[in-house]
Amino acid sequence: MKIERRVISVIVLNEHGVLSRITGLFAARGYNIETLTVAPIPGSKYSRLTIVTSGSPRVIEQIIKQLHKLIPVYKVIEHSELVEKEMVMAKIPLEERLSDVEALCRAYNGNIVNIGKDTAIIMAADEPSRIKNFIEALKRFNPKEIVRSGVVAIER
Amino acid sequence: MAQMSGAQMVVEAMRKEGVEVVFGYPGGAIMNVYDEIYKHKYFQHILTRHEQAAVHAADGYARATGKVGVAFVTSGPGFTNAVTGLATAYMDSIPLVVISGQVPLSMIGTDAFQEIDAVGISRPCTKHNFLVKSAEELPLILAEAFYLARSGRPGPVHVDIPKDVTAQMGEFDYPKEVRLETYKPTIKGNTRQIRKAVEAIVNAKKPVFYLGGGIIHSNSADLVRRIVAATQIPAVETLMARGTLRYDDPMLLGMVGMHGTYAANMAMSEADLLIALGPRFDDRVTGKLSEFAKYAKIIHVDIDPSSIGKLVHIDYPIVGDLKAVLEEMAPLIEQKVDPERYEAWREILKRYQELHPLKYEDSDKVLKPEWVIQRVGEKLKGKARISTDVGQHQMWTAQYYPFTRPREFITSGGLGTMGFGFPAAMGVKRGVPDEISINFTGDGSILMNIQELMTAVEYRLPVINIILNNNYLGMVRQWQTFFYDKRYAETDLSMQPDFVKLAESFGGVGYRVKTKEEFDEALDEAISKGVVALIDVLVDRYENVLPMVPAGGSLYNMLLEYKD
Ligand SMILES: Cc1ncc(C[n+]2csc(CCOP(=O)(O)OP(=O)(O)O)c2C)c(N)n1
Ligand SMILES: [Mg+2]
Repeated sequence: MKIERRVISVIVLNEHGVLSRITGLFAARGYNIETLTVAPIPGSKYSRLTIVTSGSPRVIEQIIKQLHKLIPVYKVIEHSELVEKEMVMAKIPLEERLSDVEALCRAYNGNIVNIGKDTAIIMAADEPSRIKNFIEALKRFNPKEIVRSGVVAIER
Repeated sequence: MAQMSGAQMVVEAMRKEGVEVVFGYPGGAIMNVYDEIYKHKYFQHILTRHEQAAVHAADGYARATGKVGVAFVTSGPGFTNAVTGLATAYMDSIPLVVISGQVPLSMIGTDAFQEIDAVGISRPCTKHNFLVKSAEELPLILAEAFYLARSGRPGPVHVDIPKDVTAQMGEFDYPKEVRLETYKPTIKGNTRQIRKAVEAIVNAKKPVFYLGGGIIHSNSADLVRRIVAATQIPAVETLMARGTLRYDDPMLLGMVGMHGTYAANMAMSEADLLIALGPRFDDRVTGKLSEFAKYAKIIHVDIDPSSIGKLVHIDYPIVGDLKAVLEEMAPLIEQKVDPERYEAWREILKRYQELHPLKYEDSDKVLKPEWVIQRVGEKLKGKARISTDVGQHQMWTAQYYPFTRPREFITSGGLGTMGFGFPAAMGVKRGVPDEISINFTGDGSILMNIQELMTAVEYRLPVINIILNNNYLGMVRQWQTFFYDKRYAETDLSMQPDFVKLAESFGGVGYRVKTKEEFDEALDEAISKGVVALIDVLVDRYENVLPMVPAGGSLYNMLLEYKD
């Protein structure tokens, strides 16, 4: 069966141990997590998780049903029409040509956000597939550290 | 509204929930609760001799009565001992509330004495769990625990209560009704789907009812009997559904699966429509999935959406409470289905039944375990509840005992927990005191909770344990015979205690029997005396459970005989 990538949003009650229920479910049933982000939904008692996963259609269906089955899960949103973004930050040595670095960041909705003693910190925020390209392109500036945020998504 | 301690709240909540018995074992972290138990006598507390047994007893009580079973244990080892009980109940969807003590809130995370991450451990083997953070939230949590345990697809719920929370004072405002925004089981089935399913039945030529444990949980055996009678469609039962139809129902083909009957397994394999009512397509039932019910469209009714389509493609999924769905379905079926239509199919299956009925060779030299079970059936049919442990004796009981009604057969299906039978049978006896409580067990299994002889004697729970003693971990030995060239690695149980003296030393009664006459005498005496009994029945060491579908094989490829 065909393996497909899926972005799933889960709205959960903000309560003790809720994240471990979700990650525990994925671990116990052998489902993949590519990325996972979580933050409270402003002005509510809920949090929103965005999970990027992959599997055959039957596995994806089970993931969604099993998530639903968890008691503190309020809603599972399976995206079809959505806007996805991911953020990445990196440290670039000051010896690199920062003007080139900056131009690259700009092309990916980013910027140089901090300049320290030895390194500059840069960021970019874009679609996950473009973030991959960005990281590829960044390599020639010898990044010392790269930090990715994981995907967040919202329906169109 | 009353001010009271967390410990008092626990006891009051039991009263509100109408709990009549709690099985448990005290210890440091839960002593405040036990102190309240001492002061109030709202419910009986039964002190088992091991926490695992407390949970199994609560489980047996729940299976026999349909009510929520309750167990109390302390933190650390008390809780970890209870985990097998939780997992057993979880796999079979049994409603339990298990309350454990925990170290005080301020000490959580410090590796304190008898601290263990209890909710971390119970998470994957409960329907839900709670770590209580204040006495204030305790009433609501306890009410939710009972509600979650019994509603929807039932299951065990674990509540972990730190010691200082049981000492804290708070308002006791017990909710009359629980409503959870994030949990709303679907009760009513989709009417369009139900109509389509009925249409499929009307048009089928070779339909089969595939009856599962959901029927027992939802108390819908009466409706199932009505529909089976109206349609004259043959039916198979899973291990967990035994007793849905009476053993002598002409439509019953017997148990399905690894040790199912030839006719039941062939019916599944040749059917053009499966009407699956609350089963879960367990691998012990389906065998090789790609060959399972290859020619059949499948209707699956289940309250748990994740159960539908998990392993097998379902053509007519119906999510809902089985009882509600069948109430809607029954009149439609009665109106539309013509039982004549399936006559040819019934004929085929009847031939399969005649071709390979369940059979064993009786002997006058040695007792056959099958004979013992049948004999108990002749004597006690409809008058006893039958629990089992796990192994060959369990499968023979499922095959040969004449079940007459739901909740008559109490067995650990999903987890297959040796040591379940005796404590469960105690819980059964407590739940239905007017009936005889039998536990068919093995010489291996019985030793896994033998300490409960003390509990049973102390609380006058006269369980009759019938040990089908083959001096082997028989089921494993059988696999070694069939699949490992008789290399009997660590399955020989020739070293045995004297079960008669063992029973007597606890204040019970023991019998050792080798013949049919001795067995009859022992059973009659144990029943008439109303005592806790161990009947050590020496049976044929090398008897095998047949038919057998080898693990991973297809249902239609059964071993029907084993010749040495
Ligand atoms: C707690 C536990 N440990 C191990 C097993 C694996 N197991 C399944 S059946 C069986 C043998 C049981 O022996 P006995 O109770 O004598 O029953 P018999 O098969 O001989 O009737 C074993 C070891 C199990 N089901 N449960
Ligand atoms: Mg044995």
